[in-house]
Amino acid sequence: MSHQQPKIDTSPEVSDEVRKTTCYMCACRCGINVHMKNGKVAYIEGNRDHPVNRGVLCAKGSAGIMQHNAPSRLRAPLKRVGPRGSGEFEEISWDEALQIATGWLAPIRADHPEKLAFFTGRDQSQSFTSYWAQNFGTPNYAAHGGFCSVNMAAAGIYTMGGAFWEFGQPDWDHTKLFMIFGVAEDHDSNPIKMGIGKLKERGAKVIGVNPIRSGYNAVADEWVGITPGTDGLFILSLVHELLKSGRIDLDYLARYTNAPVLVNMDPTSSEHGLLMRDADGKTLVIDRNTGQLAPFDQPGVRPDLAASHRHAGVTHKPVMHLIAERYLDPQYAPEAVADQCGISADKIRAIATELARVAFDEEIVLDQEWTDFRGETHKVMKGRPVAFHAMRGISAHSNGFQTCRALHMLQILLGSVEVPGGFRFKPPYPKPVSAHPKPHCKVTPGKPLDGPHLGFVQGPDDLALDEEGNPARIDKAFTWDNPMSAHGLMHMVISNAHAGDPYKIDTLFMYMANMAWNSSMNTRGVIDMLTDTDENGDYVIPRIIYSDAYSSEMVAYADLILPDTTYLERHDCISLLDRPICEADAAADAIRWPVIEPDRDVRGFQSVLCELGARLNLPGFVNADGSQKYADYADYITNHERKPGIGPLAGWRTGENGLTHGRGGPNAEQLDHYIENGGFFVEHLPDAARYYKPWNTAYQDWAVNLGIFDSPQHYIFDLYVEPLRRFQLAAEGHGDRQPPDHLRDRIRETLDPLPIWYPPFEDSGTDTDEFSIHALTQRPMAMYHSWGSQNAWLRQIHGHNPLYLPTKLWDAKGFAEGDWARVTSAHGDITVPVAHMAALNENTVWTWNAIGKRKGAWALDKDAPEATKGFLLNHLIHELLPPKGDGLRWANSDPVTGQAAWFDLRVKIEKVTPPDEAQPDFAPIKSPVGEGPDHLEWKVSE
Amino acid sequence: MTTLPDKTDRKLGLVIDLDTCVGCHACVISCKGWNTENYGAPLSDQDPYGADPTGTFLNRVHSYEVQPDQGAAQLIHFPKSCLHCEDAPCVTVCPTGASYKRTEDGIVLVNETDCIGCGLCAWACPYGAREMDLAEGVMKKCTLCVDRIYNENLPEEDREPACVRTCPAGARHFGDLGDPDSDVSQLVAERGGMDLMPEQGTKPVNKYLPPRPKDQMNTAPTQDGTATPPMLKPIAQEAKGFIGWLDKALEKL
Repeated sequence: MSHQQPKIDTSPEVSDEVRKTTCYMCACRCGINVHMKNGKVAYIEGNRDHPVNRGVLCAKGSAGIMQHNAPSRLRAPLKRVGPRGSGEFEEISWDEALQIATGWLAPIRADHPEKLAFFTGRDQSQSFTSYWAQNFGTPNYAAHGGFCSVNMAAAGIYTMGGAFWEFGQPDWDHTKLFMIFGVAEDHDSNPIKMGIGKLKERGAKVIGVNPIRSGYNAVADEWVGITPGTDGLFILSLVHELLKSGRIDLDYLARYTNAPVLVNMDPTSSEHGLLMRDADGKTLVIDRNTGQLAPFDQPGVRPDLAASHRHAGVTHKPVMHLIAERYLDPQYAPEAVADQCGISADKIRAIATELARVAFDEEIVLDQEWTDFRGETHKVMKGRPVAFHAMRGISAHSNGFQTCRALHMLQILLGSVEVPGGFRFKPPYPKPVSAHPKPHCKVTPGKPLDGPHLGFVQGPDDLALDEEGNPARIDKAFTWDNPMSAHGLMHMVISNAHAGDPYKIDTLFMYMANMAWNSSMNTRGVIDMLTDTDENGDYVIPRIIYSDAYSSEMVAYADLILPDTTYLERHDCISLLDRPICEADAAADAIRWPVIEPDRDVRGFQSVLCELGARLNLPGFVNADGSQKYADYADYITNHERKPGIGPLAGWRTGENGLTHGRGGPNAEQLDHYIENGGFFVEHLPDAARYYKPWNTAYQDWAVNLGIFDSPQHYIFDLYVEPLRRFQLAAEGHGDRQPPDHLRDRIRETLDPLPIWYPPFEDSGTDTDEFSIHALTQRPMAMYHSWGSQNAWLRQIHGHNPLYLPTKLWDAKGFAEGDWARVTSAHGDITVPVAHMAALNENTVWTWNAIGKRKGAWALDKDAPEATKGFLLNHLIHELLPPKGDGLRWANSDPVTGQAAWFDLRVKIEKVTPPDEAQPDFAPIKSPVGEGPDHLEWKVSE
Repeated sequence: MTTLPDKTDRKLGLVIDLDTCVGCHACVISCKGWNTENYGAPLSDQDPYGADPTGTFLNRVHSYEVQPDQGAAQLIHFPKSCLHCEDAPCVTVCPTGASYKRTEDGIVLVNETDCIGCGLCAWACPYGAREMDLAEGVMKKCTLCVDRIYNENLPEEDREPACVRTCPAGARHFGDLGDPDSDVSQLVAERGGMDLMPEQGTKPVNKYLPPRPKDQMNTAPTQDGTATPPMLKPIAQEAKGFIGWLDKALEKL
């Protein structure tokens, strides 16, 4: 038939209304436009005005509609009526649920507040939940950072006052060379994709260091398929090459770091290795103008990187000397590290050469005057256009803290932090470690804790130990086992509570943490601990309260379930007091608000805490007359003041002359202003404040004015981290607070004030010839933790997770498509489907994270591939290292921060006859919500 | 059988940058969301929470490994949807005229009221870019978001396909490939944009920008031995020499 075409409507109505809120499909916190039709959610897209995502949105974000309508949503509070793990519950009212919780928690608070362990998983309201826990009085609070990326955060904060992701970002508009280490989809999802897109658009180069060449590493111009756990050694070899060729930024090091600060070199002194200070505690340098000692920040001082100082028979050397002495050692030469890292010496040299070439030969200069903290005005902003980013691949190792430190040292030696083209902090960072709180653990029955739980220790005096020197916290954070555990150790809570080490608890209270499945190492063991009974038949962990929006695996293991809302049904604040959405050029915070009301008997967890806090008479949650202080979380967000004029949200506060931002009193209409503005608040930096922030008076003044600091917080970067040295001194026998003898050697060896590399701990406890293969997980870009599998659209992309094997292993073992393998670690074994991947380190296998599901969870059919063929590597990983025969429990964690060492895992692999299902298989759990529908045609308009 | 127009006023289409696509599937789900709620029947899902979930998608991302003779293996992410061919075999094969190519912009569409679900068009398409919706029994395909790009109910900046608007890496571009001066045509010219399977004679409008060469960092002398890669020149071999150099270098600052 001849050409004909119908007339179609090319301008249909898109929606009745667009409601702008914040995504929660992962941790990225993008702005979203929720299109509403007929009172229902019709379509979700990115918010173009939003500072984080500028309109774009990832697959998870667009699939939020399927998360919001997921059949796995919990419907009402639940009380366990069968044994733990059976999934036998009865629905109860909120009043009964809160009565039960109050009945359990009030006596604990009156007598032994530490018997409550409150851990909050993937919580974006930590400044609120920690405030609640502090008011309760338990020292046992943390979120999930300890099993996530605390090595990254702590190393960054101790070294330079901030780390990657939420602390800072590459200067996407100016950088010419971008190098990433261990980056998959962990954190900062859309901004990294947007940034890489910008680099690609102008032809800037990307170097990807990762054993697996997928995602960002697949589009990288250069791929470095490193052996897992050796990134630190590779980085120190780059440092060796840069030092040997003098390709470091001496001016930057002298002005902005502690490279010129003098170190006591007297091995007999109790101050050996500590920094020289004046009477005011200021660290001292030699001034090249005078040759005399001077405080580092004295106006006009020109710190000398080269000169030593001898005083009272004791030599003091600048940190720069110690750096040269250590890293020029031949043990860091490319040839010496090449085999271990799986990178040729030539390639290491070539990368060092390229880093130096771009940093120094392609220097960029912005025509912008600025004034530094010594009072010197600079006509321009000079930049080293080399930027780095790193994430869990380097952080989730037992050498992760020192590896992250090594990377920051590399950045700083190149002069590429807080300069144009380099890495830039996002307010409220940079923030010196001294401006953070220290950990608090003093318990008084019936009273709040003596201060915030988590913080940054400066030395042994700050550890969370009781008067007998025993751990004050159930997770043993801030102890000699892991002194700088700034995010706590969530992965040790259940294990320690079950072992009664350091003590027994009464109630475990958790939020958004799937500890009975993918959020625990040693999943089977954790399930057994949660269900274990004592000689009287009572549960060893007596009571468990859990809040989740969905029917996760963890639900079956709790006694009381407080059902949360979906992210579209709730209030939240992504606060400057916590982990805000700032960009390098702006301070910003954001809200979530109920763009749709729940159709179930569920409540936002934070609102529940407001009521529970009042029922428990917690001081921060009741008025003087004992009545409930905050009706709900929205009320708290609006009216809470952490200190006068500073609340959870910085935008639209009440000033002396009307509305103001930053400092100001509460404003009853504040949330309406946020909603009107698209769900966020943003305040940009003046141009003179955009770079050199730690040393830039314009930035510091701006930060004080906005309420980020109460006074300017100038500081210099700590290439040499003195607090680490204080722990070493204790291990050497100095001081009153002494580590137990079994930890002395480890503290001396691993808490080095300059970055070091040592093999992952698992290597020393296992036969590395037998277990010669490294096993990793990566998060898919279109899936987030266990939450994705209930999502009808996303599970069609990532419903299967084979174990990917490199060519060498695939061929050696004679694998073919469709085969299965038994994968064995020192701890256990799994039997799983395999697939071949050539773009992979030849000694590494990997799979997607958290695709495997337990039958009965997430409202999936029992035959769902996630439950029959899906699997977790978690079964192969223990929270403890293999016993050493000393009767002690050694955590499988970084010795500095306690970060869970997921990626130290070593395995061996054999081909096996395919079983019916992936092994180990678990009995189905009874679903409290049934199963999802068998078809979907999700159109809300007709 | 259905006739194609002799010519179209414009050739609207996509340019997809395979050097930049990180394989995140953002375009896949944004497309699924928009087209479930908008043009024609919703994109349905069968067994969505079961053993074998299968749904209708108008855009999918495939990943292919490439193993060059020299150097490391590479992974290419390859998004694929209807290429809105000039000589679209899916249109000419249609027995009812339901499939058609628009004269004004060249978009290939299915008029769902005339579609009998015979599947001939999917069979004729060499790219596998059409999907039968099992719930509705009609053929679904990329509409290039014809209900967005002219939609006066959307802000002007949003009048582009959902997949382009959402792509975080900016790997997807939309425009008139019939206009040599358009941004997309310029991009194709600069980056050597390619047709997918040109031997099929379909004259696809969509173009792919090829991945740039990878792993080019010099690590060895060139094969003819004429040049060695630039390498760092040592100023010292050990700490003492370094500190001596340091003092002199500081003098020059």
